[in-house]
Order: sequence, then structure tokens, then C-alpha cells
Amino acid sequence: MHELGIAMRVIDLAVESSAGGRVSRIVLEVGKLAAVLPDALRFCFATAAEGTAAEGAQLDIVEVPGMARCRACGGSVELSRPFGRCSCGGSDLEWLSGEELRIRELEVV
Amino acid sequence: MCATCGCSEAAHPHEHHHEHEHRHGPEHGPDHVHHDAHRSRRVLLERDVLEKNDRAAGRNRGSFAARRLLAINLVSAPGAGKTTLLERTVREAGLPVCVIEGDQATSRDADRIRAAGARALQINTGAGCHLDAEMIERALPSLEPAPGSLLVIENVGNLVCPALFDLGEHAKVLLASVTEGDDKPLKYPHMFRAASLLLLNKVDLLPHVSFDVSRFAGAAREVNPRLSILHTSATRGDGLQAWYGWLRARSGELSARSRAAAGADRR
Repeated sequence: MHELGIAMRVIDLAVESSAGGRVSRIVLEVGKLAAVLPDALRFCFATAAEGTAAEGAQLDIVEVPGMARCRACGGSVELSRPFGRCSCGGSDLEWLSGEELRIRELEVV
Repeated sequence: MCATCGCSEAAHPHEHHHEHEHRHGPEHGPDHVHHDAHRSRRVLLERDVLEKNDRAAGRNRGSFAARRLLAINLVSAPGAGKTTLLERTVREAGLPVCVIEGDQATSRDADRIRAAGARALQINTGAGCHLDAEMIERALPSLEPAPGSLLVIENVGNLVCPALFDLGEHAKVLLASVTEGDDKPLKYPHMFRAASLLLLNKVDLLPHVSFDVSRFAGAAREVNPRLSILHTSATRGDGLQAWYGWLRARSGELSARSRAAAGADRR
């Protein structure tokens, strides 16, 4: 449900950084653990962009995998959801990546 | 596809004027603006989408510290008993309390808190599903919490969106109730992970619902092994002394830290 607000922030940031040009493409990194659904974001994006300098822009979402370190044994664990277990059985995990919600780059014409 | 600009052409010449414009201040680093031959520019941005919220949360932390406020972000699904818990907390915890109430509509909750005897300010989010740090920043000057008090921010009843928005609080306290289902931590893991304390509320109803307390606690600790859990009934009073004790301990830690900081300043 917060994806609409996030789509609007993405558009604000992109337009603000386009120096008066038209934004034709936005590359957005969304971590697997970021609590943001790429499909919902795409759904909101086109509507949120209407009437802005990013209207009609292409939204490319790059999903960043979730990686964590086990606090018990130091092993690394790949996470596709916000919890999981290390092969040693530990579930106290320090997240290293997967929470990204970042505009990587824009294309402006 | 051209690997440089991602257009559909194969390789074609790109002019790279590295302008390194410092448009957003030093904290964001330079934007690298790449002009190419067909006049579309590639702007390497590397900016966090939530940075505006996170900066406001940082300013809120400064305001809380300046007034020695313990700020608690109280989150739950709708109807878990947040306002009832707060009414009793205002009356019984032995701490000066003030409350920011977030709801989509009405000022009913703020009215209830005021009737219980605390200062309260209602924020209506309209269609919004959560409070953000800027709303809290705007609310603080009119609420004017007394120095050293407990500031509770009662978030919009929602187990999804509020997990994502830092308000600058010291801790998120999650209220879940036994009428909600014991598999909730696995269904809404982000919120259970973000919380420091979990209050399992409405335990007076346990004889009437099929809710497995140990299954619930197991699921909650699967998601967040460091989570503390208390069992409460905000209507009957079970577990409330432990909740008040937790608040007083956090408040005491905070005063000790600010006294130590003031001492260090004097030295």
C-alpha cells in the first residue's frame, strides 16, 4: 500500500535531478528485503508520473538479493524473505544487503 | 543493446562530459552526467528514495534528545488495543506521558487520551497508511512535550507500511492480540523484525479463542530472536506492571545517558 507514496518520491527525486529535462528512464534498485513489492511499484508508477516531467518514463527495477551473516557462526546466508536460518541452525542474522531502495540512474532527454 | 546507455542500438559513440555537478550538497556526492551523441543524458544518481524521511527522522532524534524525551513508536493491526493500553499507561505508569495519535480519520483516539489526562495531538493521514518523520516533526512544536516525558507515537493501525518509516523513535513496540492468529509473525515479518518489544494483548480472551501462545512466540522469535515478549490484557490489567517497568527502565537509561553527556560537557 505504501508503494504509491514511494513511486511519488521516486518521481520527485528523478524530476528534481533532471535539470529541467524530460526523464525517459529510471533505474531503481529494490532489495528483496525492502518490504516493497516491485509489481505494486510498477502498477503505481505510470499513474504517479502523469503530468510530471517523468510521464511515460520507463521504470527498470533491479532486484538486489538479500544477504546476511549468521551471528552464531559467521557463515553467510542468502535470504529471499525477511527471516531465515543459517546451515548451523542459527536464526540471529545480521543483514548485509537486500534493504536497498535507491535510484541508481536516470536517462534524461 | 548499447551497454553504455541501454538504448536499443548496438554500440554507438558516447561523449562523456564528466561535469561532476554538486547539486545536492556534499552528502550525496557529485552527480555524474554523461551526455551522449543523441542528446539523451545518463545521470548516475545513487540516491535513497527514503532519504527525505530519514533526514527528518534524524532531526526528530535531535529534538527528542534536546527535551530528554523517550519516544516510542507503538504499532499494531487495527483493533489490537493500542489506545486502551495507552489510556491505562497515562493513568498508571507513573511517568509524564504525551501522545501523538495517527489515524486516517477522526480525533476519537486523541480525545480518549486527553480524557485519560495526557496531552495529545491527532494527525489524520487521510488516505495515508502510516505516519512519516515529517509529520512528527511538524507535530512536535504544537504538542510541546514536557522535558523528560514519555512521548508515545500511536501509529496508524497497519502491520505493513509503518515498518518502513523511521520516525526517529528510540524503540518500536508492537502490540498483537490473541484474536489475530498465532501465525502473524510469519505473515508480517518486517514489523516483527523491526520491534524491540512485543506485547501480546487480550490474554484474558485466551480461554475463548484457539490461539497457541508458544507457537506464536516461536514464530516471533524465528523472525526476531532478540525480541522481548510480555503478555498483557489492557482491559483486565494482566502484565501491565511489567510494561510500565519496561518503560520506566528505558526512561531511566535515557536520563542516565543524558546526565552523563551533560557531565562530559561540563568537564
